[in-house]
Amino acid sequence: MSIDLGIPTVASGTDGVPTLPEGEKHNRKDFTSDQEVRWCPGCGDYAILAAVQGFLPELGLRKENITFISGIGCSSRFPYYLDTYGMHSIHGRAPAIATGLATSRPDLSVWVVTGDGDALSIGGNHLIHAMRRNVNMTILLFNNRIYGLTKGQYSPTSQPGLVTKSSPMGSVDAAFNPISLALGAEGTFVARTMDSDRKHLTEVLKAAAAHRGTSIVEIYQNCPIFNDGAFELIKDVEQKKARLVHLNDGEPITIGEDDEREVLVRGEGGSVRFVREGEVSAQGLADQVVVHDVTLTDPSQAFSISRLDSESMTHVPMGIFRAVDRPTYDDQTRAQVDAAVELAGGPANDDDLQSLLYGKDTWTVEG
Amino acid sequence: MSSTATTQAKDRVIIRFAGDSGDGMQMTGDRFTADSAALGNDLSTLPNFPAEIRAPQGTMAGVSSFQLHFASWDILTPGDAPDVLVAMNPAALKANLSDVPRGATIIVNTDEFTTRSLKKVGWSSNPVEDDTLESWHVHAVPLTSITVAALAEFTSLTRKEKERAKNMFALGLLSWMYSRSTTSTEDFLTSKFGAKPDILAANLAALRAGWNYGETTEDFAVPFTVAAAKTPPGTYRNITGSAALALGLVAGAHRATRPLVLGSYPITPASDILHALSNYKRHGVTTVQAEDEIAAIGVALGASFGGSVGVTTTSGPGVALKSETIGLAVSLELPLVIVDVQRGGPSTGLPTKTEQSDLLQAMFGRNGESPVPIIAPQTSADCFDAAMEAVRIATTYRTPVFLLSDGYLANGSEPWQVPAVADLPSFPVQLATEPNGVDAKGNPVFHPYVRDEETLARPWAVPGTPGLEHRVGGIEKDAVTGNISYDPDNHDHMVRTRQAKIDGIAATIGDLQVDDPSGDAKVLVLGWGSTYGPNLAAVRRLRADGQSVAHAHLRHVNPFPSNTGEVLRRYDRVIVPEMNLGQLAMLLRAKYLVDVRSHTSVRGLPFKVADLAEVIDTALQEVSA
Repeated sequence: MSIDLGIPTVASGTDGVPTLPEGEKHNRKDFTSDQEVRWCPGCGDYAILAAVQGFLPELGLRKENITFISGIGCSSRFPYYLDTYGMHSIHGRAPAIATGLATSRPDLSVWVVTGDGDALSIGGNHLIHAMRRNVNMTILLFNNRIYGLTKGQYSPTSQPGLVTKSSPMGSVDAAFNPISLALGAEGTFVARTMDSDRKHLTEVLKAAAAHRGTSIVEIYQNCPIFNDGAFELIKDVEQKKARLVHLNDGEPITIGEDDEREVLVRGEGGSVRFVREGEVSAQGLADQVVVHDVTLTDPSQAFSISRLDSESMTHVPMGIFRAVDRPTYDDQTRAQVDAAVELAGGPANDDDLQSLLYGKDTWTVEG
Repeated sequence: MSSTATTQAKDRVIIRFAGDSGDGMQMTGDRFTADSAALGNDLSTLPNFPAEIRAPQGTMAGVSSFQLHFASWDILTPGDAPDVLVAMNPAALKANLSDVPRGATIIVNTDEFTTRSLKKVGWSSNPVEDDTLESWHVHAVPLTSITVAALAEFTSLTRKEKERAKNMFALGLLSWMYSRSTTSTEDFLTSKFGAKPDILAANLAALRAGWNYGETTEDFAVPFTVAAAKTPPGTYRNITGSAALALGLVAGAHRATRPLVLGSYPITPASDILHALSNYKRHGVTTVQAEDEIAAIGVALGASFGGSVGVTTTSGPGVALKSETIGLAVSLELPLVIVDVQRGGPSTGLPTKTEQSDLLQAMFGRNGESPVPIIAPQTSADCFDAAMEAVRIATTYRTPVFLLSDGYLANGSEPWQVPAVADLPSFPVQLATEPNGVDAKGNPVFHPYVRDEETLARPWAVPGTPGLEHRVGGIEKDAVTGNISYDPDNHDHMVRTRQAKIDGIAATIGDLQVDDPSGDAKVLVLGWGSTYGPNLAAVRRLRADGQSVAHAHLRHVNPFPSNTGEVLRRYDRVIVPEMNLGQLAMLLRAKYLVDVRSHTSVRGLPFKVADLAEVIDTALQEVSA
């Protein structure tokens, strides 16, 4: 028997989390712990930490109601540097631990910090199931396409052919596209951003936090020691103009400027391709132009866009791929418990426990 | 229904219902058990079924059985050998015959003894008709065809549907034989088949037909009676180990005044606890069926971090998967209850059979020095108290705790005197609310690893508590601030402190009690977990012969009660029966340097009392010689 619990489908990711009194605001320093940051000089993690510390005050939440859970890896040291509640757990398991926390505590803003090895290799199962369930949490997936903490082995997002200590003749592993994976796993909020673009990163974080359900944000992050320059083609000022595809909701997806400008249109077999803007009408493709819509229930278009990404980084979409409302696992789980408690007339007391212990079928032995 | 025949009294009876997996033997056994419980008999049950849901029909692999021991005095085991075997088909007869002592009663369903069915189990002639069963008292009853005939008036039912009611006919017959009222079964059927009036009426008719068959057929002389057992006054219910364990967890969380959150992944024979707790939402219980065993314990630990009593339930293979997270919980020092309903191993092993072979896994199955308290219930009903104790230790000491049940305790049942909630132990949790230290500048700060002097437990400060923001993790922590520390002396201190905390639990668990009525016993029988019943029954048997034997049983296997070494040294011989290859014996020998004698069996079944009595008797003779 399924019960209609009347879960509101449109709610903010931080609804139910206590906020600071009107007029009070935290600052970046309030979120800085007393621990010395121990990432390598030049690590992209510094920029992400600064962006998160700078962004958290904007949420207006009480600091003690923010929790960061991480797994294992360079990125997973993140919670130590934030003055919130935090748990540095074990390899790959942060989404599972966060599921227990988020389900049992609706008054917390739950964040997961993970990396490409942590989330997509050892923790792949937990990642996809968190998204399938749509547990209200925000997952920050730092993707540097390498195992950094173990000193430089290829990861599930390393490009095939990458020469590392464990692949001296080049990696023969195919790479995951984390965005495609997230969309396939029923992710309700899927986005990509980059360590070096503070403004974009902050905007995406804001949208991710506002989304109720599992938000996954892939953050391209440079590892200066073991995979330096992995994202250089999309960071270089000149190169990125022709490669970075900015996704703006409600707008056509374009790349390049002026005469070079190209527009994304629907192609063969469900794929998408770029066509010179000037040729769209000439080729009769005006009705095939893709207008980005993050709210589409069907993830097919978002998936097609995610496939623009390739090894050569010819086109790299950046921004929010999908943001749809779907009832969350934790809201529904709590609603079932609340409904059962309400139906029984309120929280269980000693008498209720006593009748539970008795069960339905007892007999009495007289003294 | 009441019988008009005269009756013959017995003080105890063991019945085994055996049939094909689809014959409803577990349900039949359950119903007979409920009717016996209602009559006030003491009882103990042993369900025994294959892992396959429906093995090929009529094969040995598909035989499912349910043994029930009921008596007019307090019994301890489901019994060694049945007085009555009900065999619904040739496979059931063949699989169980060797357990039935000569002279005992066998009721066979002759309808199923066809050439084809006999061939399936390798019998070329019919044992009911040849001399195979001449040493037993056999009742050859065409159960299926009588049932179908009795249901002739139910024209809306197919023959197959009518045949399916044959287990109710068998139950009716046995109920007559042992003077059980069928009222509770009638109520049960009414609630089960209320929406299907035809099926309900047919089952009730089959039940009555079975009863009437006993009363009118000269084959069955007089019915037996087994009087109510003399039990302490109180309110009782019949309960399986898994049901009792689930209630104990709810009661434990209630007395700890924290919400209960279960993270679990389906696994035999632990899933019944997941099912039960999923039904206790009204009591504020949250259950999460996770994507795997690792996620299940992750969910529980995440909930504990948030201030709930996190619980995960599994069996041996699941524990193997959870090991790393248990280690994390040891390091985080958060409450967590890990229920392991042990089954035959290694690997998938015997999923539906019992064993005690996870003790050393629970004790040592993690990397590093990773001590975890271990509690073992001793009977099905005792699972309630043991589960409450697990919650007490987990919440008081901020530690993961192992609760080692097993397949025999989980599925077996016995009468349980339901405790008054007011009499249950109470251990309300005090969460941290204030800073407990000062930083270098003299400002108040929270130090998550400053310990309670008595328990060595660290404060439990849950997210949402202002001013106590802190980070915990699996990396070694500074003994005060909880910050990452690789300092050699700090690590040495932390490893020893975590061990001392667990060892210190012994202060609150009381001494190991020895039962030695004569006071002059030279032999001690020591057990843990579900061997309690067989061990004590064997000891009683020898005492009845005038011999002196001491008996003791460990509820806490880690840490051991403080006086354990002293108790062991008091006896010339210590026998430790276990359903493994001597795991407790190994721990006792290592810790106390006492030459305990291990007696082991790993047959997927509890010990037989007669076998244990023989082992103890041999020891008594050796010691006195």
